[in-house]
Amino acid sequence: MFKLPPDSGAATVAVTINGKRFDAPRGCSAAAAVLLAGDVPTRTTAVSGAPRAPYCLMGVCFDCLMEINGVPNQQACLIVVTEGMRIESQYGKFAVKA
Amino acid sequence: MARYDSIVIGGGLVGSAVAYGLARLGSRVALLDEGDVAFRASRGNFGLVWVQSKGLGVPEYQRWTRQSSVLWDDFAVELKKETGIDCQHEHRGGVHVCINENDFAERRKYMEQLHIESGETSFQYDMLDHAELKKLMPEIGPEVAGASYTPYDGAANPLYLLRSLHAGLIRRGGQYFPQSKVTELKAAPNDFTVTGGGVTFNAPKLVLAAGLGNKDLGALVGLNVPVQPVRGQILVTERVQPVLSMLTIWVRQMAEGGLLIGESREEAGFNDATTPDVQQFLAARAIKMFPFLRDVRIVRHWSALRVMAPDGLPIYEQSKEYSGAFVATCHSGVTLAAAHAMRYAKYVADGVLSAELARFTNKRFDVQAAA
Repeated sequence: MFKLPPDSGAATVAVTINGKRFDAPRGCSAAAAVLLAGDVPTRTTAVSGAPRAPYCLMGVCFDCLMEINGVPNQQACLIVVTEGMRIESQYGKFAVKA
Repeated sequence: MARYDSIVIGGGLVGSAVAYGLARLGSRVALLDEGDVAFRASRGNFGLVWVQSKGLGVPEYQRWTRQSSVLWDDFAVELKKETGIDCQHEHRGGVHVCINENDFAERRKYMEQLHIESGETSFQYDMLDHAELKKLMPEIGPEVAGASYTPYDGAANPLYLLRSLHAGLIRRGGQYFPQSKVTELKAAPNDFTVTGGGVTFNAPKLVLAAGLGNKDLGALVGLNVPVQPVRGQILVTERVQPVLSMLTIWVRQMAEGGLLIGESREEAGFNDATTPDVQQFLAARAIKMFPFLRDVRIVRHWSALRVMAPDGLPIYEQSKEYSGAFVATCHSGVTLAAAHAMRYAKYVADGVLSAELARFTNKRFDVQAAA
C-alpha cells in the first residue's frame, strides 16, 4: 500500500499491530504505521458497521479511531508510536464492563 | 400575499407539533422558522418523555403530561407510518436514581404527594431500595440509595422527532419556511398578517410557538408571555454497546450507543456557553450513579436554553383582544409533543382552548386587584 522512500533511513520503534510486530519509523503516528503495514480497514463504524481507515491524517475526520494500549476510540493519527505500543483495529461499538 | 388557514411562528418541537396537528385536521399551515441563529432548545434537549417529576401541587399538569405520554404510543407509530422516520420512541418506564439516603427520603415524600394529588387518576409508582434497583440495573454504584419508578416515563430522539414532524407537516400539505424570522406582525381579530424572510403571510389563525421569542411576539397580539431562559448543559459520550438497563432521568443511552448525561439548571440569561464546573458536576454525579462511566469518554458537551415561565408550567392562551391568536410555550417539547399535536392543535382549530388547559392560562401572572 504505502512505502517509505528508499533513502528515509529512519530509526524504528517496535510496535504491535493486531498482535503482529511491526517496526515503525520513529516519530510517525500510529495511523501512519498501520498504513505502512497495510493493515486496513482499521475499524468498522459504531452504527452501520461500514469499514474505515485513516483518512485526513490531521485530527479532523475521526476515521482513524483505533484501540491503542487498550483504550478504544483513540485518534491514531494524533498519537506518535512508542516502543511496545499495542495498536488494535476496533469493530463496531466496544463493550464497557459495568 | 400568501394566504393560509393558520400561521405557526416557531419551527421547534412545540410549533412543529402544533403545525403537524393542525395540518392533520385539514388546515393549510405555514410554519415559520427563524434559522440557525435561533436559540434552539429543540436541538439541545435530552429527549425524555418524562412524567414522574412533573406537576407537584398542580395535578392538572401531571394529568396533561401523563395524557401526552399515553398519546405518544400511537403518535410515534403514526409519525413513522406517515414519514418513514423512526423517532426512536420507547415507553418502558423510567427511574429517578437517588445517590444518597437523604435524596431517597425526599423523593419518597415527593412521590407520595404526587400520588395523593392525583386523586381518582391514581398516579402509580414504586420506591426501589438499593437491592431492588440493583436487580433491575446491576450497573448502579455502591453509593446509590435507591430510585423512584413509574411506568409512565419514556423517551424519544428529539432530532428525529423534529425531522418527522417537519416531514409529516409537509406530507399533510403544510409548508415549512426556514430563515423566516418574523419582522412584522399586524393583528386584527381573526386576521393576522405576518412578514418573515421577505414573504408576507395572512391567516385567520396564528399560533405563537417561538420559545423565548414568544415574549416579544406575544406583546404584539395582546398576550403576556413572561418566559425566561434557564440554561441546561448536557454531556455526550462515545458510542458503546448497550450498557444501561433502564431509562433514568439524568443518564440515558441512545439507540446508536452514545450516552447522554444531564441535567443542570442555571440562570445565565441568553448565554448558551458551556462551563467546566458544570461539566465536572455532571460527570461526577453520573459516575456515582454508574461507575462504569469512568471508562467512557466524553465526545461532546453542549448547552441549551430552556423556555421557562416563572412557575415552570406551560402557558396556553388565546388572546382576548385578537381572537384567533394563540400561544403555546413550555420546557417539555418532547414530553408534550403528542398532546400538542393531538389535543392542543384541535383546540386551536376549534377556536376554543379546552377547560383541561384552564390552569395554564397566562392570567395566573396578573397582579390581583385589591378587594
